[in-house]
Amino acid sequence: MITLNNITKTYGKEKTMAVDDISFSVNKGEIFGLIGPDGAGKSSIFRMLTTLLVPDSGTAVVNGFDVVKDYKQIRNSIGYMPGRFSLYQDLTIEENLNFFATVFNTTVEENYHLIKDIYIQIEPFKNRRAGKLSGGMKQKLALCCALIHKPEVLFLDEPTTGVDVVSRKEFWDMLKNLKKMGLTIMVSTPYMDEAALCDRIALIQLGKILSINTPEKLVAGYGETLYTVTGGNMYQLLNLLRSYAPTESCFAFGDSLHLTLKKGTSKQIATAFLEQQGFNKVIIQETTPGIEDCFIKLLKSN
Amino acid sequence: METVISTDKLTKRFGDFIAAHELSFEVGKGEIFGFLGANGAGKTTAMRMLCGLLMPSSGKASVAGFDVYTETEKIKRNIGYMSQKFSLYEDLTVAENIRFYAGIYGLSFSDIKRKTDELLSKLGMQGEAKKLVSALPLGWKQKLAFSVSLVHEPRIVFLDEPTGGVDPVTRRQFWDLIYYAANSGVTVFVTTHYMDEAEYCDRVSIMVDGVIAALDSPGNLKKQMNAPDMEDVFYQLARKAKRSE
Repeated sequence: MITLNNITKTYGKEKTMAVDDISFSVNKGEIFGLIGPDGAGKSSIFRMLTTLLVPDSGTAVVNGFDVVKDYKQIRNSIGYMPGRFSLYQDLTIEENLNFFATVFNTTVEENYHLIKDIYIQIEPFKNRRAGKLSGGMKQKLALCCALIHKPEVLFLDEPTTGVDVVSRKEFWDMLKNLKKMGLTIMVSTPYMDEAALCDRIALIQLGKILSINTPEKLVAGYGETLYTVTGGNMYQLLNLLRSYAPTESCFAFGDSLHLTLKKGTSKQIATAFLEQQGFNKVIIQETTPGIEDCFIKLLKSN
Repeated sequence: METVISTDKLTKRFGDFIAAHELSFEVGKGEIFGFLGANGAGKTTAMRMLCGLLMPSSGKASVAGFDVYTETEKIKRNIGYMSQKFSLYEDLTVAENIRFYAGIYGLSFSDIKRKTDELLSKLGMQGEAKKLVSALPLGWKQKLAFSVSLVHEPRIVFLDEPTGGVDPVTRRQFWDLIYYAANSGVTVFVTTHYMDEAEYCDRVSIMVDGVIAALDSPGNLKKQMNAPDMEDVFYQLARKAKRSE
């Protein structure tokens, strides 16, 4: 459904690298996640695929159309929700929706079935201006506006950034429903926990792809024994373990530390060391790595 | 433990709308206090009152020993503030930003020079002193903004979603700085949407619809709500919310 071949994009006279020779493809009906921090190149990739930006080199195809030659056809067959809100702040909910439908030569009625489940949640406020809506409501309206012309591919650039946990969960439930309707969805996020909800993910950093895989296979390929450390002052434990020579890596992870050890050091040896240093209640246990552990490891090895 | 923030039924009304309703809590010296809530729960209103930027409607509060009604200028001198949205001037250099903020807070020239050297070496940014802030990676900007917010040695620092948009390693390096500051006695009052960061706080308050729905250590909150993690605690409380911004 989406294919990128050696896409490169630089900005300005200094040729600042934004996207560095990236190739990947997204299958029909897939939720594909671009996971990475600000400045990784996520938005540039979105803008090239939505025909708003021309690549320096390389080719890309969306829904069978070339992003440079066939940009008009692409624009009709995709929905795009940019990172900064795309809504007209001084139009109401209803006016925004009608506007986007009209621009694409359709009506709200014609494709209402696509947005119904989402729209009924904000319909009670349909006469409220978009500028006066909460983050969660804006997000729902923007999604409706991106869907109203019945696109085949949906591009969502950081739809959940700065939104609270409850709204984020609701948003991902909506995406799952859209996937069931057959849409292909490419979504970016800085939240690693959302990566696990995608069919496949690309981890990107500084314009390069570190890894493309299913979340399950990415985690399965971690390749080291990962431990959690609990039972003591976390800040002191963190500092101590970082200065401990057999430590490969040690990071805070919620209510525990995540630790990997160099070859030849067992958790018993590490526990004994910590006890010797006065941490008598410390527990080191093996654990399954998450996406965030994988990302940290990939960042270190690059 | 010495108390540095104390509120008693602190309330803010906008017309009929009660943005923050009877907030009562205390924060101790050197504590990392997580201030969470759904979008629109009233966090920003509460923070603005505590920073001396918004006059409360009723209730009492003191911050760093000063009254939020009558001593707002003294509060401002004794707190630091950093938000992801705005903190540094992009078209000033790193050293100019430090000099600017230190100057605003009334540090002497010799102190400014000493602080600048100290801060740059602590961050390992000596080579960047003359670079424009706009040329720095986001993670460096955040670390610099945090250090600048401490340049006048405030007793409390307010961090409003300080870590958005950076990679997992940079985000943790930022928390190293928070721990370091708290360890040296600075009280850290922080909002975040990352629930793993809520776990790093000594205590966490969760606002729902203008009131504090829960306040305790992450460990106790998880026990009380029978939740595996803080994300679940937050979800259980915030999904009951009726209002949004």
